[in-house]
Amino acid sequence: MSENADRSAPPTPPTGPFLLRCRPGEAILRLDDHLTRGGFEPVRKALAMDPDAVTDEVKRASLRGRGGAGFPAGVKWGFLPKDNPKPRYLVVNADEGEPGTFKDRYFLERDPFPLLEGVIIASYAIRANVSYIYIRGEFVKQIRVVEDAIRQLYDRGFLGRNVLGTGYSLDVYVHPGAGAYVCGEESALLESIEGKPGRPRNRPPFPAQVGLFGCPTIINNVETMACVPLVLRHGADAFLKMGVPGDGGPKIYCVSGHVKRPGLYEAPMGTNLKRIIFEFAGGTLDDRPILGVIPGGSSTPVLTADELDVAMDFNSMRAKGSMLGSAATVVFTEGTCPVAVLLRISRFYAHESCGQCTPCREGTGWLERVVESIEHGNGRPGDCDLLLSAAGQIQGNTICALGDAAAMPVQSFVTKFRADFERHIAEGRCPHAHG
Amino acid sequence: MALRFSPDNEARFQALLARYPDRRAALIPTLVLANREFGYLSREAMEYVASRLELPESYVLNTATFYTLLRKHPVGRFHIQVCMNVSCYLRGADHLADHLKRVLGIGFGEVTPDGLFSLEGVQCLASCGTAPVIQVNDDYHEDMTVEKVDCLLESLRRQASQADGARPGTGGVP
Ligand SMILES: Cc1cc2nc3c(=O)[nH]c(=O)nc-3n(C[C@H](O)[C@H](O)[C@H](O)COP(=O)(O)O)c2cc1C
Ligand code: FES
Repeated sequence: MSENADRSAPPTPPTGPFLLRCRPGEAILRLDDHLTRGGFEPVRKALAMDPDAVTDEVKRASLRGRGGAGFPAGVKWGFLPKDNPKPRYLVVNADEGEPGTFKDRYFLERDPFPLLEGVIIASYAIRANVSYIYIRGEFVKQIRVVEDAIRQLYDRGFLGRNVLGTGYSLDVYVHPGAGAYVCGEESALLESIEGKPGRPRNRPPFPAQVGLFGCPTIINNVETMACVPLVLRHGADAFLKMGVPGDGGPKIYCVSGHVKRPGLYEAPMGTNLKRIIFEFAGGTLDDRPILGVIPGGSSTPVLTADELDVAMDFNSMRAKGSMLGSAATVVFTEGTCPVAVLLRISRFYAHESCGQCTPCREGTGWLERVVESIEHGNGRPGDCDLLLSAAGQIQGNTICALGDAAAMPVQSFVTKFRADFERHIAEGRCPHAHG
Repeated sequence: MALRFSPDNEARFQALLARYPDRRAALIPTLVLANREFGYLSREAMEYVASRLELPESYVLNTATFYTLLRKHPVGRFHIQVCMNVSCYLRGADHLADHLKRVLGIGFGEVTPDGLFSLEGVQCLASCGTAPVIQVNDDYHEDMTVEKVDCLLESLRRQASQADGARPGTGGVP
């Protein structure tokens, strides 16, 4: 199976699970339980290295950001200015808001220490002495879990002044969100921490130059952070080999919708989408044929039943005309109204637009209203083309990617299920029995 | 001013101030605290937060209005939030919502006359693998069915008649 296998001396690859190690119903919330499983070895290893060497190791591992955009983490860390005397910050994005996504919650609720190991290692690598973990406000229980884990780390010298006697100091704080999806966007998140409405910033400057409180800042997703100790524990080469070339590591896939076993599944980066749906998630409810699959969260272009033979990694999904996003796969079977599904998605982005730029504020509301009128039997001939052109006018014309996130599902649903949209319009009603 | 943080929340507030180089950064966590302590963010509650952080009221208001969990109106003792987003929709969220509206006799955004329940349709709660899901105050209830909703309402009513003092939950304790 492995393209990288060295035939002369077969390596013994480390065996997983690497990320989802808790068994069903289990949680690892006591530091001692984490330590008896080899916890904090990666942190000790990192703290004995030069910070830049840690960044290089993460670079070589090709760990790409798990928050949606897939930017290589080590490369991002390397963007921090060398000569800026200001403090630096690490901010962890635990806003988990993209519909379909429920993976970061696993760490926040049941296994916080690997995340916090990642925070320590990354903070050390970028020479930050303060890190904020921004957790969405609905996660009340999860906020308590992470705060409790942080407290345990302070008590045992893993955080605070002089971490593990190395002379390095680090404070980690939880910062609660208060209900705004757009705050998952990294620059809006920084605004939110600063006590302002979560309106994304114009870039440049990028946060690595001017971030939190005007200081150089790195923002990474929870799962990205949880991967960092794996890189240190197994080494960059082994981590890279767990995935595909240029896109290393294990990956958590979130599967929801019309499948027999919805849930989280860990598998190598680049696992085939069909395998995820049919093998891991047990196939569809009542074995009904698939109508569509949103592969990577509600913003990613929908795939039809004949497009599912694809590797779930950042590049392969792009080549297929969609995106890996947050690997949040939403399956819907025949009999589902695609217009009704799109309406939920369009309503969401219209509701969550921060209203700052006109194409997004006006455009998302407009998309919602047109999709709604089609679904409710008031569509007009030409509406499909109108939707496509309106979506096209939003895309690329907004300060942040929320506009693109709203446009892509409209474009893909209208293109791939056009006959169904036209039928709604022609018949003046939704032809599907649902509701 | 009549409003005041409880000693516990006062301690939390003081700890917040130490976390940030700029006290404005303590605003949202403080609003979350105030929301929890006072039930919702009345004008008076926002004035209190503004005075504690030495910020203009307009600044506090401008931030507070942006965030849905910072409530500008009172909610029921049990605030029921039904996820209406795509994964929950595919697993029957609309049926749950209709059922709740029917048995409680209220729509989204409303409170029952006895003040016990309020209902709200919300966006993805990051619980899509156990859809449909509702959140009641701080707690998630996953893999919901109409039958489970009925049991839950009954136990909440029991809880309300037995113990007094339960307050609506409104976000994380920072
Ligand atoms: C509208 C919008 C919402 C986003 N929401 C999230 C989110 O909830 N969680 C997240 O990790 N990243 C989210 N992102 C991506 C972040 O902007 C950023 O790319 C990410 O946190 C970087 O971390 P990573 O490189 O480790 O993926 C969002 C982006 C946009 C445009
Ligand atoms: S869609 Fe309901 S929890 Fe995600």
